[in-house]
Amino acid sequence: MATKTYLQALNEAMRQEMERDPEVFILGEDVGQFGGCFGVTQGLFETFGEARVKDTPITESAIVGAATGAAAMGMRPVCEIMFVDFIGVALDQLYNQAAKMRFMFGGKAKIPMVLRAPQGAGIGAAAQHSQSLEAWFAHVPGLKVVMPSTPYDAKGLLIAAIRDDNPVVFLEHKILYGIEGEVPDEPYTIELGKAKVQREGNDVTIVATAAMVHTALEAAEQLAADGIDAEVIDPRSLTPLDIDTIIDSVKKTHGLLIVHEAVRKGGVGGEIAAQVAEQAFDFLDAPIMRIGAPFTPVPFSPPLEKAFIPDAGAVVGAVKQMRG
Amino acid sequence: MSITNEQMIQMFTTMNKIRQFETRVQEFFADGRIPGFVHLYIGEEAIATGACATLRKEDCITSTHRGHGHLIAKGGDLKLMMAEIFGKKTGYCKGKGGSMHIAAVELGILGANGIVGGGGPIANGAALAFQYRGQDNVAVCFFGDGAANQGTTQEAMNLASAWSLPVVFVNENNGYGISCPTSKSMAITDIADRAAAYDMPGVVVDGNDVLAVYEAVSEAVRRAREGEGPSLIECKTYRWRGHFEGDACVYRDENEVQSWVERDPIRKLEEKLQEQGILSPEKSREIRDALAKELEAAVAFAEESPLPSVDELEEDVYA
Repeated sequence: MATKTYLQALNEAMRQEMERDPEVFILGEDVGQFGGCFGVTQGLFETFGEARVKDTPITESAIVGAATGAAAMGMRPVCEIMFVDFIGVALDQLYNQAAKMRFMFGGKAKIPMVLRAPQGAGIGAAAQHSQSLEAWFAHVPGLKVVMPSTPYDAKGLLIAAIRDDNPVVFLEHKILYGIEGEVPDEPYTIELGKAKVQREGNDVTIVATAAMVHTALEAAEQLAADGIDAEVIDPRSLTPLDIDTIIDSVKKTHGLLIVHEAVRKGGVGGEIAAQVAEQAFDFLDAPIMRIGAPFTPVPFSPPLEKAFIPDAGAVVGAVKQMRG
Repeated sequence: MSITNEQMIQMFTTMNKIRQFETRVQEFFADGRIPGFVHLYIGEEAIATGACATLRKEDCITSTHRGHGHLIAKGGDLKLMMAEIFGKKTGYCKGKGGSMHIAAVELGILGANGIVGGGGPIANGAALAFQYRGQDNVAVCFFGDGAANQGTTQEAMNLASAWSLPVVFVNENNGYGISCPTSKSMAITDIADRAAAYDMPGVVVDGNDVLAVYEAVSEAVRRAREGEGPSLIECKTYRWRGHFEGDACVYRDENEVQSWVERDPIRKLEEKLQEQGILSPEKSREIRDALAKELEAAVAFAEESPLPSVDELEEDVYA
């Protein structure tokens, strides 16, 4: 199997889907010759031309709306929002239009579109270019929400998202674009709604998303040195959410820590914690804990940004606290 | 602009169909028989009728919260519409949408829309699909004077123009965004002036003259079909009723309303057709009677239809 970066895996997913299905097309700001702000669509314009790799004006509502309307007509648009933070100016088209059309129309419409957007902190991009907003999208019925953490998952999940008949918000963590991993050359899909156990363990369950999966794995190694065997689970999609895999793990480990980079308050960690408490309370030996960013905008200055992003030390500390 | 007598009689029929439907909805709402709230199209019938008369079944429209007229003009079935407004399982949206969300994708109706300015970007998307597939269909975006000031509308017009999309933006300027008169909501008199900013034709027509609307939209549709890009048609009109049923209309005076009732778009067409010997009073009565029967059948269908089962609540969220 070839080693590819997360970014290359995403690019390959789009390329292969565009080769497979002429109704798949890309639109967004600077996605053409420029190749996308982070380079994710690089080379696609050269192969597929401007009819299928469409540079838009800086006009997020019109981008999301064009994707929605084209999807309602049966096409499979993949639109890029340059930074997820920009979704605010286009939110109506996503959450009131794309997400609700099927339900409002009594099941008579399908909106097979993907909205790709990088999110997350770590590159000094400050408050309006660094947020993790997955909880917003996970709160909207009608949207699917996907957050890959590895190159392998990035490709398989993006292909699955493109083939899905629903609007899928596909959140890429920008700090992960350069990470490498094994990625098959041929197209493959990963079913949305299937968590992945990234590390098996018996003593505590750590559910982590996106870049925090890697933080949790780093913490798990440190915990192992102290004789604590952590299981690390990446839900990979928040809607649908594979709560069963998490609950099965909790029944085995009797402890749950959820780690995400989004601010802790109102984050998806609360939802996962509540579902586990409702369904597996008797299996817990300690209160469920959550780690997330503090309730502040993402700061700019490097020491502040570093302090904002949860790190392995925080994960280790929380697990030790849970275990008394 | 050639238009046949049959086409004009068809437009007369459609306008009456909308008027009768809306009048009945008004009565039902007053009787407390319709859940939620409704925005009626009475007085504006010429716009939907004239615009949709230029379209094919394969063409698309995006509509507004005041959408019943657009849906009827684009071929919507009164039975399924009335059932939807009643919240019945047999309605266009299985009772999940209601008055503000009626859609019939199979008729090219991409939905009424509860969000002012919500339709423009979606109409672009439909038009983009037509353009990409090499089809000469068009998308018509109906939007009000209120929506004219939304950013989404400006974004949509700009993108449609930049990409030469086959879209016709049909503005229904009825003078008020809820209670706010256009004199307070914009510094210009004619919304069509904004077309210049997007290098597209901008035309003002009497929105109470169905033939004028037909003529202007026909030319815009021709351009769109031939790849010449979008147009903006502003139709000046007036809503006889309040913004929604129950609106006390404290923001306008009765003389103003009356002056527009005197410019009834249906009577205007009827008089013209009678003068020209195209429509006799008898024929006109026949048309209205037949429509009344169709409407009664729709009402009976809606009344007799079952409400949705609560088991259906969580259906159709995802495909």
